[in-house]
Amino acid sequence: MSLVSIRDLRKSFGAVQVLKGVSIEITRGAVVAIIGKSGSGKSTLLRCINGLETFDNGSIFVDGIDVAASRKDLRDLRRNVGMVFQQFNLFPHLTTAQNVMLAPKVVNREADTRAKAIASEMLAKVGLSDKADNYPSQLSGGQQQRVAIARALAMRPNVLLCDEITSALDPELVNEVLRVVEALAKDGMTLILVTHEMRFARDVGTKLVFMHQGKVHEEGPPKQLFANPTTPELAQFVGSTMH
Amino acid sequence: MTDFSFWVILSNLLLATRWTIVLSLVAFASGGIVGLALLFARVSRIGWLERLTKAYVEFFQGTPLLMQLFLFFFGVALFGVQVSPWLAAWLALTFWTSAFLTEIWRGCVDAIPKGQWEAADTLAMSYIDQMWYVILPQAFRIAIPPTVGFSVQVVKGTALASIIGFVDLTKAGTMLNNATFRPFLVYSLVAAIYFALCFPLSWFAHRLERTYNVAR
Repeated sequence: MSLVSIRDLRKSFGAVQVLKGVSIEITRGAVVAIIGKSGSGKSTLLRCINGLETFDNGSIFVDGIDVAASRKDLRDLRRNVGMVFQQFNLFPHLTTAQNVMLAPKVVNREADTRAKAIASEMLAKVGLSDKADNYPSQLSGGQQQRVAIARALAMRPNVLLCDEITSALDPELVNEVLRVVEALAKDGMTLILVTHEMRFARDVGTKLVFMHQGKVHEEGPPKQLFANPTTPELAQFVGSTMH
Repeated sequence: MTDFSFWVILSNLLLATRWTIVLSLVAFASGGIVGLALLFARVSRIGWLERLTKAYVEFFQGTPLLMQLFLFFFGVALFGVQVSPWLAAWLALTFWTSAFLTEIWRGCVDAIPKGQWEAADTLAMSYIDQMWYVILPQAFRIAIPPTVGFSVQVVKGTALASIIGFVDLTKAGTMLNNATFRPFLVYSLVAAIYFALCFPLSWFAHRLERTYNVAR
């Protein structure tokens, strides 16, 4: 039984069809890496899963919740689906700990002490316990992104969506973020990542999805696909990025 | 005319200034409360509610404050309800202030990056909670300088209340002029008092603007 089930997803922006019938099944605990050229529809696909984008046709079910049917109130869905953004999107007026505990307090109505406990647990998980009282502007990009991960985890989601979470980082800061994500994968968190980190996709991913022109062009076990791409497009894409 | 020395004129003007200050403060406070409520409606993402608020703002921004005062003062009287100048002035200034503040604050909310809304959305926060905990605290910082700047307009706007008979600084000036026939002296003093009220406000607004820009 799939945790996330995407069937025949279609989506247009004006006259441009960006998703042309995408179907993907994602099991609990899977680490799915979505790769492809820019403009291939990867980010749009990801943003459809938690309702940040609407779609025209097809269906998405997350843990039994019909995304299209919950358009009026997406909050139940979003309690189960965390998201981390390329630009971190931390709340700049709140400290690191306040960023992490805001949703548990406001959405889940956790008491203050409980919310604080959640915040320190999550910050410990991403290795930033000592930064609890710092503001986002006082942290490096890598640290900010780890706080963003902690903030998403604080809602104890079943699925975590990661939208190019290392693309805005300086190269030397990428690894600290990837290590956190890898630890989550080991813990059994279901992860769906749009990424340009091919090595990470190959080593940590359990499933690779190659998007090309709005469709799933190839999918399968990452190691196998990277070693033997069956389509020339994936071969070319892998060839141009794996160095 | 010896009855009206310079000091008598000045002291009478200053006594009336109290009412200008009270009307300004009350109108600004109530206008701010109404404006905040309207702001929630203005950026609610509910189509008809946004349009309705926009129409409200357009109406009060697009008609002279004096006409609005007349509408409240004479218009309500048509329904057999007698409105005191004080009540009419307070109501009209409240509506007028709320319309401008809503528009100023909407600009500040729009200045908050879309990613902040998306992050809050993704955390399953309700619209009200997103506004209250994420957007408004950030918009507030940007809003302070233009809001303080607008308070100058409110102070000057109260002068129009004199026309419907509210005894404020301007009305006292008119009355003193009628008694003394020294318009230049009287109105110079009136202007000087308005300036003394408004200049500190605009100076403060400029200072806040600089502080804010440096902090960025």
